[in-house]
Amino acid sequence: MYKYDEYDQQMVDVRVEEFRDQVRRRVSGELTEDQFKPLRLQNGLYLQLHAYMLRVAVPYGTLSGAQMHLLGDIADKYDRGYGHFTTRQNIQYNWIKLEETPDILAELAKVEMHAIQTSGNCIRNISSDQFAGAAADEIIDPRPYAELLRQWSSFHPEFLVLPRKFKICVIASETDRAAMRLHDIGIKMVRNDAGEIGAQFYAGGGMGRTPMIAPLIREFVPLDQLITFSEACLRVYNRYGRRDNKYKARIKILVHELGRDEYVRQVEEEFAHLLTQPIEPPLAELERIKAHFVDPAFETGLSNDLDLTDPDFRLWVERNTTAHKVPGYVIATISLKPVGGIPGDASADQIRLMAKLGTEYSFDELRVTHAQNIVLPHVKKADLYTVWQALDEAGLATANLDTVGDIIACPGLDYCSLANARSIPVAQKISERFGSAQKQAEIGELKLKISGCINACGHHHAGHIGILGVDKKGLENYQLLFGGSEGADTSLAKIIGPGFTEDGVVDAIEKATQVYLANKQGEERFLDTYRRIGMDPFKEAIYG
Amino acid sequence: MKILTGNDLKSGAVVWWTGHGWSLDVNDSADVGDNGAAIIAREEGVQNVFAAYVVDGEKTDEGVRPAHIKERIRAFGPTVRLDLTLKPSDPAALNWVI
Repeated sequence: MYKYDEYDQQMVDVRVEEFRDQVRRRVSGELTEDQFKPLRLQNGLYLQLHAYMLRVAVPYGTLSGAQMHLLGDIADKYDRGYGHFTTRQNIQYNWIKLEETPDILAELAKVEMHAIQTSGNCIRNISSDQFAGAAADEIIDPRPYAELLRQWSSFHPEFLVLPRKFKICVIASETDRAAMRLHDIGIKMVRNDAGEIGAQFYAGGGMGRTPMIAPLIREFVPLDQLITFSEACLRVYNRYGRRDNKYKARIKILVHELGRDEYVRQVEEEFAHLLTQPIEPPLAELERIKAHFVDPAFETGLSNDLDLTDPDFRLWVERNTTAHKVPGYVIATISLKPVGGIPGDASADQIRLMAKLGTEYSFDELRVTHAQNIVLPHVKKADLYTVWQALDEAGLATANLDTVGDIIACPGLDYCSLANARSIPVAQKISERFGSAQKQAEIGELKLKISGCINACGHHHAGHIGILGVDKKGLENYQLLFGGSEGADTSLAKIIGPGFTEDGVVDAIEKATQVYLANKQGEERFLDTYRRIGMDPFKEAIYG
Repeated sequence: MKILTGNDLKSGAVVWWTGHGWSLDVNDSADVGDNGAAIIAREEGVQNVFAAYVVDGEKTDEGVRPAHIKERIRAFGPTVRLDLTLKPSDPAALNWVI
């Protein structure tokens, strides 16, 4: 894992004291709310429906045991005993007090964490593959490149006031586990014909009210031009992105309106210009960063065998573990989606337990996934049953990864001041309706995502089944969408027809799964069957 | 009736204008009539409360009820965590919200 050097630490420490002074001035009345609001937002402090909310950055979703442990302690000490893991691989606390925020940030700084650039029109926390450094199918660990981009984008003076927020994702596998093409810039680390590692760039993707899939804008950017090319992409956006209308200000609108080819032409022109003014950090800096991401001391010659005589353990292994690049190890995903639970929420005790397991059984590493789960990336198979038993005891061993119970849901109207409808109760009802292991096994992979408003924090556009909560004359109403995907086969879901009540949408989903089961061929997933037979059979079953 | 809500500066807690101060309980809300903007201007100037706005509500047998579900959830707390609401031991209170 990356460790702060003295500059990183100083930047964060200075920022904490700066914010402490800003809070003092706000409380004393020296600053009005209009003056203070942009300052608190730059430090991740929002005002939500019930209280202040603090969003803490988890760069590319990677955490140490000590960091995770502190997140649990903060939940206890400063919040109401729980935290909410988000679709940006971050964590949010819902009940924060203004005067305590500088102390929270100071505690975070001690474990090399912060809340900088988790809000505002800047480059946000950079996301990545939650299996980075462990996945059997990756060509290289993408995190050093994400870290380089994090350092470049932190406090970048030219990009602190962009037309709108800007999200970057870096992956290095054919299997996209991070919704890469639904980002403002998606970067896929690739190997060219000469065997060299470089970056493939996509730009202009996103969800929100105008969902777009990012087109490919460059096949290969050499490693010693990664920052320069990124800077060129941002410069063109910063120069021409619309600042007159916040709903048209994201880069996806610029790329769409200019057309992909014209955007690429302008980026290449800017890139050529920037190459004459060397801004690229030396490769030695990348090498310095990479040294922090060397593999842990994996044992060799380990057995791949697992004792699967315990049926509950067997189910969890089949559903929640993934092949590791090193024999004898496995990637374990901890579902934060118990039947009837709140997607992404974990109690302080649960957070600390996961921290302990990460420290003891996963080389002190944990990951947050964009699907609001937690990963132990490097678990020895010989330890897996012990880990599972500890998780099971804490209510963290739900075996439902990528099934209909593994729902992404935004906080919705229960917490969010922007939401139009509640997301969590819908997720809970679906989770309960499809809660049995038998039902989930029968339906198989089905990614269901719920947003409580058009801003799409719950990624409903990318759900095999998506649900969008809307306000219909003061009543909550839910639109149903089918056919989205965030994977390598990225697609955008389409609305199937008129909306439903909360109970109606759950019934509609049950009917849709019945259509799927009646029509599936071979090993088809729900999404495959939908793509093959189209929307009509589903509409007929749902609307009669 | 028109009622006035905002957030306490230090705690962020949701508060309601009572006619002479701010309360955590929506049932203490006063009808501000057409005076909402003036009260907001005065109170935000004092710096104790911010992000204040006027909402529609009605006086019922059970107390003051905001007209829109958003403000009812704001008044009550998250419907999915009864333990964190103003009425943690009364599941029937959810009917008031929904």
